[in-house]
Amino acid sequence: MANDNDDLSRREFIGSAIAAGGAIGLGMNPARAEEAALPTISISLHVNGRDHRLNLDPRVTLLDALREQLHLTGTKKGCDHGQCGACTVLVEGRRIYSCLTLAVMQAGVRITTVEGLADGDRLHPVQEAFLHHDAFQCGYCTSGQICSAVGLLSEGHAQTDDEVRELMSGNLCRCGAYPNIVAAIQDARAKKP
Amino acid sequence: MELFTYVRQDDPAAAVQQAGGEALAKFLGGGTNLVDLMKLYVETPAQLLDINHLPLGKVEATAAGVRIGALVRNSDLAYHEAIRTRYPVLSEALLSGATAQIRNMATVGGNLMQRTRCPYFRDTFWPCNKRQPGSGCSALEGFNRSHAVLGTSDQCIATHPSDMCVALAALDAVIHTLGPKGERKIPFGEFHVSYGDDPAKETVLQHGELITAVELPATAFFRRSHYLKVRDRTSFEFALASAAVALEIKDNTITAARVALGGVATKPWRSAEAEQALVGAKPGEETYTGAAKAALQGAKAQAHNAFKIELAKRVIVRALTTVANMG
Repeated sequence: MANDNDDLSRREFIGSAIAAGGAIGLGMNPARAEEAALPTISISLHVNGRDHRLNLDPRVTLLDALREQLHLTGTKKGCDHGQCGACTVLVEGRRIYSCLTLAVMQAGVRITTVEGLADGDRLHPVQEAFLHHDAFQCGYCTSGQICSAVGLLSEGHAQTDDEVRELMSGNLCRCGAYPNIVAAIQDARAKKP
Repeated sequence: MELFTYVRQDDPAAAVQQAGGEALAKFLGGGTNLVDLMKLYVETPAQLLDINHLPLGKVEATAAGVRIGALVRNSDLAYHEAIRTRYPVLSEALLSGATAQIRNMATVGGNLMQRTRCPYFRDTFWPCNKRQPGSGCSALEGFNRSHAVLGTSDQCIATHPSDMCVALAALDAVIHTLGPKGERKIPFGEFHVSYGDDPAKETVLQHGELITAVELPATAFFRRSHYLKVRDRTSFEFALASAAVALEIKDNTITAARVALGGVATKPWRSAEAEQALVGAKPGEETYTGAAKAALQGAKAQAHNAFKIELAKRVIVRALTTVANMG
């Protein structure tokens, strides 16, 4: 820790504080009292039917809170800039990018990740359809694809394959499993009660 | 991200007052643009005022028009019955932008404040007059295929990225705000400012002034409107050129017209020149070509974007043809 370095920039300080164990807020650097005293915010995140009390730096995205604090690593970090869709989760049933929202903004609302879709050992119909149609290859984008597809089906705006493709364009698959993803979604849509 | 304090406000007047007391405060709506730019250190607010809980999330449709709350999400607005039927150009523009996830997050107010996708603006390594006034414009000498041909200056050629704003420019929208000095209404055409010498200033909003609503007039012929967007891929991409058009045609004569352009200008670009060329003329390709030529009359190409001038003209002609052929 470069505690004595008065020239340390804000960004470098944050970087080194994180490297030292994420101990921002513990008064590690007397020369940077302002940052050291940065308050965390106490919130409750309601994820997959359970409440979690968390003390968070306000900069933590929902994605990082899910993965790093709650250890729900099904939600993936791809680009971290809202360009790939790997981080897609459902908030109050609506699909969003968890990388572009701060965790503190989502306090108290109903969040569903890929881990929360199945009913015990019974997979969600969209998960079943992805298995049945082999709608993945490496699997990295899959949890985002599945959460996005669940959102798409509840929105109810996609009927044709073209409409499914358009309304799934926020989820990239670099393996190119798109034909099977569309087939899986159409199958799940047809079986939707 | 830089450090910031996070504050949630439930009352518009309190939010305005709080923002007024902190010079580096920013209102936080959907976060799709602001959070992204904070991760890039392009935006470094000292305070984020979360306005998502203000009571500004309603669409109110009446005979006099439609009033859209600033916090209405893009997807909710795009699929709203009154918007789909009375202002199809707005629904189409919204649905052509970004992705379902981003449209579920992004707000109408935030979209009005959307920042450019100029890669030099988004990367703090490069000089950029918009991000750091006086540092220079990297795009002028750099890779400028995606940049603007209308409304540019020798300080900045960044393209305005919003699709929604192009439709609002065509629809005579009025923006309602609440600021430290009270409420005001800003005609859409006066909201975004031309770059000139100060590309960092993009709108007429004062610090701490909050967008509360967007109002659309009940103009009947706006039902006959359309948004056409041309881009490098068919989805999840910004426009190379786009047009929002509306036509009123009586007895085979164009009696009223709206033409606005996206993807080619430094702000949402309403073309009075194109509209003048249309009104009083007979519908037809010759008329549309004349209007397109008028719209791009003052265009200035850079090294890599001259194609946009011809592309924008063709987009205008095709959009007008589509609208004229509507039932």
